[in-house]
Amino acid sequence: MNVLLVGTSHRLAPVEVRERVAVDADGAAELAGRLATDGEAVCLSTCNRTELYLAAPDGAAAVHRATAALAELGGVPAEELEPYLYRLEHEAAVVHLFRVAAGLDSLVPGEGEILGQVRTAYEQGAVGPLLDRLFRDALHTGKRVRTETAIAESPGTTSSAAAALAAQVFGDLGGSRIAIVGAGEIGALAARRLIKRGAELTFVANRTEERAQLLADELGGTSVPLARIADAIGAADIVVSSTSSADYVVTRQDVADRRGRPLLLIDLAVPRDLDPAINELPDCYLYDIDDLEAVVQETLAGREAEFAKAEAIAVSEAARFRDWLATREVVPAIASLRERAEQIRRGELAKASGWLGELSDRERDAVESLTSQIVNKLLHEPIVRLKEAAVAQEHHGPENRVEG
Amino acid sequence: MAEQLVWPVLFAYGEAAIAYAGNARSPGSLGRLATWGVRIGWLAQTALLVAQAMRADGFPWTTWAGSLNLFVWLVVGAYLIWGCSPRFRLLGLAVMPVAAALLAVSYVAGGMETATATASHDVLLVGHIAFALAAFAGFTVAAGLAALELWEERLLKRRRAGILQLRLPSLMTLDQLTVATIAVSLGALTVALLAGVARMPGHGFDLLIGGAVGAWLLYAAILYLRLRTGRRALAARLALVGLAVVFFLQLGLMLTHVA
Repeated sequence: MNVLLVGTSHRLAPVEVRERVAVDADGAAELAGRLATDGEAVCLSTCNRTELYLAAPDGAAAVHRATAALAELGGVPAEELEPYLYRLEHEAAVVHLFRVAAGLDSLVPGEGEILGQVRTAYEQGAVGPLLDRLFRDALHTGKRVRTETAIAESPGTTSSAAAALAAQVFGDLGGSRIAIVGAGEIGALAARRLIKRGAELTFVANRTEERAQLLADELGGTSVPLARIADAIGAADIVVSSTSSADYVVTRQDVADRRGRPLLLIDLAVPRDLDPAINELPDCYLYDIDDLEAVVQETLAGREAEFAKAEAIAVSEAARFRDWLATREVVPAIASLRERAEQIRRGELAKASGWLGELSDRERDAVESLTSQIVNKLLHEPIVRLKEAAVAQEHHGPENRVEG
Repeated sequence: MAEQLVWPVLFAYGEAAIAYAGNARSPGSLGRLATWGVRIGWLAQTALLVAQAMRADGFPWTTWAGSLNLFVWLVVGAYLIWGCSPRFRLLGLAVMPVAAALLAVSYVAGGMETATATASHDVLLVGHIAFALAAFAGFTVAAGLAALELWEERLLKRRRAGILQLRLPSLMTLDQLTVATIAVSLGALTVALLAGVARMPGHGFDLLIGGAVGAWLLYAAILYLRLRTGRRALAARLALVGLAVVFFLQLGLMLTHVA
């Protein structure tokens, strides 16, 4: 049995195709169960990919069944779906899954959501010994990449840089309160990112109250007139500002003593909305658009190196899995070797029982233990060699086929 | 024989210190090596202390070198509580070289020997020393946390573009941990002081007790400033001042209360 993969993702298929073959959690569990008739199967379906991981004795038949299942999901003939599909096997399939779990194949590299989705797919899949180990290793790889590299902390836009900075100040953003000044799309985008990380909206202040109310309704807060912003700002932990005002909308005098409670101010407007002198106040940290751009540039420069590190982790973990797989294939041979040796040991002991005479329990235990140890020591070297040979053979094994 | 355990401890702490330094330059698998160095070293040091305790007749860390050994174990133990998280590896860079150096000093000065002749049976003295050392270890780690917090605050104020690449703990996490560590350590210092005061009828008031009361007041003031008035940065700076006070008290404790 080997690992096989049939799937489609944002790299090959447009959203019109992806949405047709996407399945929910129950559908994924049902599909995995259906495909695992003579082996194992896991269905990983997210908004960016639908992938079927299989382990079956007859690889070609399993791949054919998986292709047919995807075509059935999409409600199209298999030939029509063909250009959007990829099929991987052996180590290529393993490396692919490990890269997926690490977030390296995601639209936003390093994003954390995919690890949870891989876990769900694993838990709902029809797994046996092979896919169980594969997915556990994939989850381990995903965690390792996030622990040992900074790939997940590389914001690619100013709004994601603002969210990352907020996390740097507050840690968990759950319970942090955001104030939006100006109801424009740029500020709303940054606020949405913060809300996605657990923060909650406290108020939207805008020159036009109707627009403020509209955004507040959408994001779950209240609206306040721009004139009353100084009173309201005390309740906020994060202020995101993006008005088209020519003057400062919030000045140093508008910010009251924070008493140790940090206030992160994100000024996305040009000309600036927030008085730079606010940054001199204790517990206040003000970032304007240039500061955020600098953060993005710095992290983009570092991202390439982090990406390479993450790739190396995925590849090394895949090699570890390959070695495990290779040694697993010699397990029956090792078991029969041990069984034969045990038969010989018992036979020789039975023959010797005549001249050994009557032994006490303690003496019999000593003889049993001694002969077992001799057999184990004799077998140790050949077993290690057998495993090494299996690993070496796997290293020089057939190339992984990649199609699609 | 038990003294020989110091070598794996020194090796593990030294390895952790070097790996932390390497990890600071290029974050990655060196961080994991460092963490394992701390864990294994601490376990080996625990075994060393247990062996010392079993062989001694009474409290075995009555020499200044012995108490330094115990102090290092307490500091690394306090760091280990949350120090294995990748985000606290920079703190490890501050803690582990100092721990390795202090342990080496302790070894050279005979801190690993089982000093049966000097082992103490005075429960109050043992309580006084043990709790004071635990408190000082906690204050030392709190100072490290406060230093990290002040550094991060400075980076945020100066809007350093590379701040996210440093993978520091969040500002609020550092603040909360500093306060919690000081609060727990202050509790230990209170017990140490009570034990010291209980011994007073027989031994009288000494300058060190006065110093310890001063330290208690300083750390109580830090907690008050942080929790009641919200002066976060000032509290962190005072935690650094507290480290200097702790250093002199530790020195005094080792020179006057132990052999």
